[in-house]
Amino acid sequence: MGNLLEVNGLTTEFRTERGVVRAVNNISYHLNEGEILGIVGESGCGKSVSQLSIMQLIPSPPGKVVAGEVLFEGQDLLKYTKNSKEMCQVRGNKISMVFQEPMTSLNPAMTINKQMSEVLIEHKGVSKREAREVCIDMLGQVGVADPKRRADDFPHHMSGGMRQRVMVAMAMLCNPRLIIADEATTALDATIQAQLLELMYGIVNKYNTALVMVTHNLGVVARYANRINVMYAGRIVETGTVKEIWAKPMHPYTEGLLKCVPRLGEKLVAIKGMPPSLIGKPDTCPFLPRCKDRQQCCFENPLPKPTLVDGQHYTSCMVRLEGMA
Amino acid sequence: MSQSIVDVVDLKMHFPVKRGFFRRKVGEVKAIDGVSFSINPGETLGLVGESGCGKTTVGRCITRLYRPSEGQIIFEGSDISHMSEHKIRQHRKRMSLVFQDPYSALNPRMHAKDIVGETLKTHKLVSGKKEYEERIAELFIMSGLSPDMMDRYPHEFSGGQRQRLSIARSLACDPTLIVCDEPISALDVSMQAQILNLLQELQEKKPNLSYLFISHDLLAVQYISHRVAVMYLGRIVEMSNSVELYANTLHPYSQALLSAQPVPDPVVEETRSRIILTGDVPTPLNPPNGCTFHTRCPRAKPECSATVPALVDVGNDHFVACHCL
Repeated sequence: MGNLLEVNGLTTEFRTERGVVRAVNNISYHLNEGEILGIVGESGCGKSVSQLSIMQLIPSPPGKVVAGEVLFEGQDLLKYTKNSKEMCQVRGNKISMVFQEPMTSLNPAMTINKQMSEVLIEHKGVSKREAREVCIDMLGQVGVADPKRRADDFPHHMSGGMRQRVMVAMAMLCNPRLIIADEATTALDATIQAQLLELMYGIVNKYNTALVMVTHNLGVVARYANRINVMYAGRIVETGTVKEIWAKPMHPYTEGLLKCVPRLGEKLVAIKGMPPSLIGKPDTCPFLPRCKDRQQCCFENPLPKPTLVDGQHYTSCMVRLEGMA
Repeated sequence: MSQSIVDVVDLKMHFPVKRGFFRRKVGEVKAIDGVSFSINPGETLGLVGESGCGKTTVGRCITRLYRPSEGQIIFEGSDISHMSEHKIRQHRKRMSLVFQDPYSALNPRMHAKDIVGETLKTHKLVSGKKEYEERIAELFIMSGLSPDMMDRYPHEFSGGQRQRLSIARSLACDPTLIVCDEPISALDVSMQAQILNLLQELQEKKPNLSYLFISHDLLAVQYISHRVAVMYLGRIVEMSNSVELYANTLHPYSQALLSAQPVPDPVVEETRSRIILTGDVPTPLNPPNGCTFHTRCPRAKPECSATVPALVDVGNDHFVACHCL
């Protein structure tokens, strides 16, 4: 068992004036209890949309999850409608999210205590006074100094790092099984980012909570994640444990991504070209136009499903797979 | 000394804070509080620090977008720090800027060629339409853009291409100094590598071109810079050549900043210990006495809160401002 979350064939589309954008294209992955999964990719590759689809937070219209299933603790979340009782019991309670912008995701007109208590009163049915105590305790745990006083502050009284701590505290309130951190530390300064990452890492380890880190920062993933999914143009092109992928990347895009990060004394190798538009794309490998190792077979066949290399390492690159056989 | 492109001597920039009906001055934000450095021809000086440390203000003072409160800026032998707007024009063409956000830095109603060529017209560097277009085509090719794109509008370019356009514009008057203010922060990883490589290639082609490269990304700064200065709350705390600074980091803030930056390699990350700073950056409206870093410094001594440490040479072209050495 151990599978907390299993995503099969998830596909999300957006209707736009210029055509249908397939932001997430038939992705499948799983997540174990207490595991930290990193999802990396460039902007527009569908990493955030895939997570929002799981939580049913895609604005519809224009967006729609058109296919796939999301099995969370054995139940298919996509069977529930967006605002159904079942979905609301999962969202914020068993799965919670931390977003990138701490300013826009907190309500500026409510005190910290009030908006945190709301979660507890809704999900746990506790009284206001009990909720306040839990909130203050949680604020203390995420390192907010003098939590009793800060609980009555408004979000604008706090710095960016503090607000993001409040977001983490809020996500932890109901002791969820899974936290999705969507670029949670991207907007923060380097030293504050380090504080917050250590904090989140400590908390998920303490409570054995699974964590999905959506990020474009490979360094963050390298340090904290167990496994990573590399996404490109709405698809997962490679997945494996962090060590497997760094030791032996099996997709040209992953290779390029790893080489793009500056290291002293090495010439940077940039990936040529740009990520493709997601409108009316053919079924072939989306990385094809930028790939340096492409061969005839790449043009002729549709992109295969990620295939096992060894261990937990899967890749969808035909050329690399053939090279192995 | 006299051969350097820019000499900045004890630069200070204090912004008044005005409040109330009569806009009375109630305080000062000490954005830069005594910064000195110089840039030699063909050299790249990296300026790193967290948001609000004054690194952008330094860049804007050097290009005289701000008139500094105190101190001298000697650009190619003449003191421009308090020169009149009229006189400064002839110096302005020798320096230019590349901004962070390629979306707001370009006028959406101008053709790409006019964005690039506007300065050529202003400084009357070309005569006639033919020469104008030839020069622009040359700049486009130099920046890795196709001259066919000359008649496009900025919205028709991708983020990376817009940043190339910005760079083409900054090269138009054949400057000796380009101030790059976070030129890669708004771009994706693979685009960042392309832009860094472009900047480096341009310097190889024009050996006298100097950059002031402002960024919070330590890895990028390390990659592109010959010398690096670390700023904290309006002061330079450490400055050295990039090899020395990263190999032999002396100031506790630089050490923390460096360790906060995750290294994108799981093998390194496993063995590396991190220094996690506590607290937030103090406000420059009311900075701490003495060494501004003493409130967060793990090594703070009583004298740190009393006197400001001077930037002293510790040998090997390495300058540090710390009492604890």
